Amino acid sequence: MAQTAKHKKNGVVEKKLVGLADLVVTAAQRSKDPTLAIPIRALSNVSFNERKGMIEMGHKKQARSFFNVGMAKKFMQTMLVADALSELQRAALTTSLREIYYRTKHTIQDSHENTFDTQDESDPIIEDLEVSLAALREELHVRAENGGSVVGPLVLEDDGDRVDCAKLGKGGYSVPSIVEPEYVDIRRCTADFVLLVEKGTQWNRLSEDKFWRRYNCVLLTGNGQPPRGVRRLARRMHEEYRLPVYVLVDNDPWGYYIYSVIKQGSINLAFESQRMAIPKAKFMGLSSADPERYGLPRNVGIKLNEKDITRAKELLNYQWFQKPAWQQEIKRMLSSGLKYELDALANKDFQYLTKKYLPRKLKEKDWLD
Amino acid sequence: MAKKTQTAVAPKPEKKPAAKAAKPTQTVTAVEMGARQREISVSEFFTKNRHLLGFDNPRKALLTCVKEAVDNALDACEEAGILPDVTVHLEVVESGGTPPPASQATRFRVTVMDNGPGIVRQHIPRIFAKLLYGSKFHRLRMSRGQQGIGISAAGMYGQLTTGKPVKIISRTGPKAAAHYFEVQIDTKKNEPLVHENKQVEWDQPQGTQVSIEVEGRYQKGRASVDEYLEQTSIANPHVKLIYRTPEGETKEFPRTYHELPPAPREIKPHPYGIEFGMFLKMLHDTKSHQVSGFLSSDFCRVSPHVADEICKTAKVSPGGKPRSIHGSVAETLYKTIQTTKIMAPPTNCLSPIGEKAILSGLYKQIKGEFYTAVSRPPTVYRGNPFIIEAGLAFGKGPDEAAKTTQASAPLAEGEERDEDSELARVIRYANRVPLLYQQSACATFKAVLDTTWRNYGITQSRGALPAGPMVIFVHMASVWVPFTSESKEAIADYDEIQKEITLALRECGRRLGLFLRRRERAQSEYRRRNIFELYIEEVVEACNRLKGGKLPTEKLKAQLQKIASSRTGGLKTDEALGKAGAGPEGLPHSIIVTPEGIEGEVEVAAAVPSVVPPTEEAAQVEWLDEEKPVGTSSKQQKRASKKLSAPSAKRSGKHADQLGLFSVETPSGKNAVAAGKAGKSGKAPVARRKR
Ligand SMILES: Nc1ncnc2c1ncn2[C@@H]1O[C@H](COP(=O)(O)OP(=O)(O)OP(=O)(O)O)[C@@H](O)[C@H]1O
Ligand SMILES: [Mg+2]
Repeated sequence: MAQTAKHKKNGVVEKKLVGLADLVVTAAQRSKDPTLAIPIRALSNVSFNERKGMIEMGHKKQARSFFNVGMAKKFMQTMLVADALSELQRAALTTSLREIYYRTKHTIQDSHENTFDTQDESDPIIEDLEVSLAALREELHVRAENGGSVVGPLVLEDDGDRVDCAKLGKGGYSVPSIVEPEYVDIRRCTADFVLLVEKGTQWNRLSEDKFWRRYNCVLLTGNGQPPRGVRRLARRMHEEYRLPVYVLVDNDPWGYYIYSVIKQGSINLAFESQRMAIPKAKFMGLSSADPERYGLPRNVGIKLNEKDITRAKELLNYQWFQKPAWQQEIKRMLSSGLKYELDALANKDFQYLTKKYLPRKLKEKDWLD
Repeated sequence: MAKKTQTAVAPKPEKKPAAKAAKPTQTVTAVEMGARQREISVSEFFTKNRHLLGFDNPRKALLTCVKEAVDNALDACEEAGILPDVTVHLEVVESGGTPPPASQATRFRVTVMDNGPGIVRQHIPRIFAKLLYGSKFHRLRMSRGQQGIGISAAGMYGQLTTGKPVKIISRTGPKAAAHYFEVQIDTKKNEPLVHENKQVEWDQPQGTQVSIEVEGRYQKGRASVDEYLEQTSIANPHVKLIYRTPEGETKEFPRTYHELPPAPREIKPHPYGIEFGMFLKMLHDTKSHQVSGFLSSDFCRVSPHVADEICKTAKVSPGGKPRSIHGSVAETLYKTIQTTKIMAPPTNCLSPIGEKAILSGLYKQIKGEFYTAVSRPPTVYRGNPFIIEAGLAFGKGPDEAAKTTQASAPLAEGEERDEDSELARVIRYANRVPLLYQQSACATFKAVLDTTWRNYGITQSRGALPAGPMVIFVHMASVWVPFTSESKEAIADYDEIQKEITLALRECGRRLGLFLRRRERAQSEYRRRNIFELYIEEVVEACNRLKGGKLPTEKLKAQLQKIASSRTGGLKTDEALGKAGAGPEGLPHSIIVTPEGIEGEVEVAAAVPSVVPPTEEAAQVEWLDEEKPVGTSSKQQKRASKKLSAPSAKRSGKHADQLGLFSVETPSGKNAVAAGKAGKSGKAPVARRKR
C-alpha cells in the first residue's frame, strides 16, 4: 500500500517538473519570454495565522524570466535543477543537496563559465522549486543529513525493519530526513509526551539516565536547529498519538528561535508549516526565570553579545512572540544581559537536569506556550 | 691637493657660528698656484667627465656609441633629403680564443652604416677624431646632434678602452670613390691622427659606415641598445633599420611611413631666448656696423622699425657700433629688448613627427587595441619655438586579449582569476631621439603623473603612473631642447612646456576614455547576447531531457535565438559591436584593432619587424631589397601602393596577416573598394578584414 502511494505521488511531482519544460516550449512558440512565477520566501511574504498558530506563506510572487540579463543564469540553473530532480523521480532515488549541486555543475559549452560555482547557488533553487511546485523536499526526493536521534517507547518500521526505540541502548535511533509514512511507519507509541532537546549533549545525559523510562516519554534531539525529519517525526507523534511536545533549549535568542520554528514554522519555508509546525508545542526551558528559580549562580552565565541583543530585539517584534509572557521572558534576558546554556545546570550536579530540574518543571507545569 | 687649496682659500664661516671667526691664514701663494697651472688634455678631461657624455658604465657606453652613430646617420640622411636606411651591427670581439657569449663579452665592435650623403674626404679625420667639430653647433635648427662632440667622443672612448682606431668608409655618390680611413685622436692636441687612408671597393653606392671597437656590456631590457632602436623606429617610421644583434639575430624595423619629415628650417635666435652673455658675444661677433642693423639682422622677428624703437627706449644710438657697447649700456639694451613686445619666433622651422607617422610607428612596434596621436600647434618657451606631440597605444592586442579571456580553464570552487596590474610605460623623445635615462627628472614624465587618468577610465594611484597595458609616447621638437644636464637625458620643466605636454596628454586620454567607454558598452551588449546564446543550449538540453528526449531541439533553439536577438537590440547591437562597419568616428588620428580587423587610419599601418634566425643568410639578402611595390604597373596600383605602404614579401605573425588585405590589392578587386571606403564622417578611411 505504501508502495503505490509512493508511486502515485511521484507521478504528480514528475508531471510538475516536466511542466517547466512545457512552459519553455510554449513560450518559445509564441515568441514570448519564458517566465516562472516563484513565491517570495521572505518575511515580507509571510503572515502569522493566529487561529492556526502558524506562519503562512503569502501570495506574492516574483517573475524569473529567461531573457533578462539579471535572471538568465538563474533561469537556466532552475531548468538544470528541475531536470536533475526529475531524473531522481524516474530512478526512484533520493539524494542530498550537495549531490544535486555536483550533478548539475558543468562547464557551459564553448565557454569558461560553470553552470554553478558554489552550492550556495543551487540550494536556493531547490527551495524555489519546492515552493513554486508546492512539492515538499521529501517529495522531491531530496534529503538532508540524518541529524537527529530518538529513544523511548516507540516502535517504527523502516524499510521493512522493525525498530524498537526502547531497545537501542543509549544511542537510540538515528532519525532519517524523510519520515513520511511511505518511508517510516509508526507501529506503536505508548509514551505520555515528547521531549525535544536542542543539544545532543543534554539528550545524551537524559538517555543515559533513562529519563524516558521513568517519565514515559520519547526523547528527541536535532543537534541544534532540528532537521526536517526530527520536526516531522515530532509532529506525527503529536498528531497521530496526541502527545504533547515540550521543547528544551539553551536560554539564548537562538534557543527561542529554534522553539519558534518547531512551533509555528520558519519564514524561509513557511509553506511547509502545515506539515511541520506544532502550534501546541511548549517551551519548557531554559527560561530566563530559571537561574533565579533554580539558584544558578551568575558566574555560569555568558554575557550577551551584540548579535544576541539585536536578535532578541528582533524576536520581540515577531507577531508570534507577542504574548505578554513571552515579552516578559525575552525582556528579562535582555535586562539581565546574560544567557545560559543547558550545560550550566551541571554546575549544581551532573544529574541535576534529570533528577531535579525536569521533574520539578513537569510537576509545576512550568512552561511557556 | 686641490681640495686642500680650496678649503684654505674659502673657509666656511657658517660652519663656525661663533661671532669671532678665526682669521684665515694664507697657506699658498699666487706663485705657488701659478706653478700648478697647465693645459688639460682632452683625454684627461674626457676620462674625468665621461658621465657627462654618456659613458658612465660599460652598458651605457655601448648604447651611447650606437646612439651617436645612428643619430648622425639619420641627421645626415634627412638633411640630404634621403629616406634613411640604417644598419646597426654589434659584434663580440674575442680577446684571443673563442668569443664569449654576448652576455659575458666585454668588448664589442659597433658598426653603423647609412645611405646618406657621405662625407667629403678632407673632413673625415676631424669629424671622427676631433672633439667639438661639427656642422650643427653654429646654427639654430632642429636636429638630433647639436654640439659636435658625439661621434668623436664615442671614438675617443673606444680608443681609451681598446686602443683601436675608428674605421670609416664613406662615399659621396655612385660615381665617386669610396674612401677608407682609420683615425685616432691625438689626445694632447685634440687633433686627428690618420693611420690609414685609401680608396676601397664598396658595395654601397653612397653613404657612410663607422666602426668603433669599445669596451662595453650587452644586456637587453630597459635602456638597452635594443630598446633604443625599437623606440627610434617608433618615432621615425620613415626609417628602415636593420639591427644585427651580438647574438647573431637580425631584427628588421621596416619603413612604414614613406615620406621624409619636412626639412626643418634654420632660424636666427629670438631675442627673448638669448642669455646676456650670449648677447654680449653676439654684439662683438656681428657683421653689422650699426646697432639697429645688428638687432634686425642677427635676430628673428626684429624689424628695422622695432630695432629703432628698442634703441630709442634704451637710449642707445641706433647708428652706433655694436662693438662699442659694453657694461651697463649693454645691460640696459638687453633688458629693453626683453620688455619690448616682439612677435613670437616663426614656428615653421620645426619638423614635428606628425600624427600619422606617430600612429604608424606605434602600431608597428606595439601590440595594442587602441592607438591615438596628437600634435600640438607650435608654441614658444623663452624665445625658442617648440612642438609637443603625444601618443598612446593601449591594450594587449587582440591576440593577447583573446588569450586571457578565452583560453583559461573554468574555475574550481573558491578559485579566482587574478588580474595583472602593470603600470603604463612612458617613452620619451627629444627631436626624435629616444630618452632612456633619468625618466623621473623629465618634464614629460611629470606631466604623465600630473594627468588625472582616472577621468578617462584608467586606474591610477596617487603620485603614480596610470595602470594598464599602455604605452605613452611624448615627443618634444624644438630648435633648442632644454635638457636638465649635458647628458641630454631629461627635459627641463618650463611651465610652457609642461602645459603643452599636459594638453596633449589630456587629448590622448580623452580619446582613450571615449574608446574605453564605447568598448565597454559594446562589450556589455555582447555579453548580454552571449549570455543568452550560451544559456539557450543549456535550457534546451534540460527541457529535452525533461521531456524524455523527444523534443525537436533545433526548432526550439531557433525560436529562442530569435527572441534573444530581438531582445538585445538586433542591428543596434551589431553597430555597437562594430559589426556594422562604423568606424571610430569622433576619434581623430586613431586606430582601433579588433580581432575582426583594424579601423581608423589604417593606411599608416604596415608590416611588423621580424626576427630572422642567424642561419637564414639567403632569406635575409632577399629581404634587404624588398622595398619595392610588387604587382602590376597600373597607375591605380601604384597610387594605392604608395598610400598604403609597400607590402613586404615576407611577413610573420597574425599582426601582419591582418594587413594581408593591402598586399593583394588589385585595381578592380573587392579589397580595393573595401580599403578605400570612407567612414560615415567621410574623414577616416575605414578598412576591415572579415574572417
Ligand atoms: N654619417 C654621417 N654622414 C654625414 N655627415 C656626418 C655623419 N656623421 C657625422 N657627420 C657630420 O659630422 C659632424 C660631427 O658629428 P658629431 O656627432 O661629432 O657632432 P654633432 O652630431 O654635430 O653633435 P652632437 O655632439 O650633438 O652629436 C656632424 O655635425 C655632421 O655634419
Ligand atoms: Mg652627432
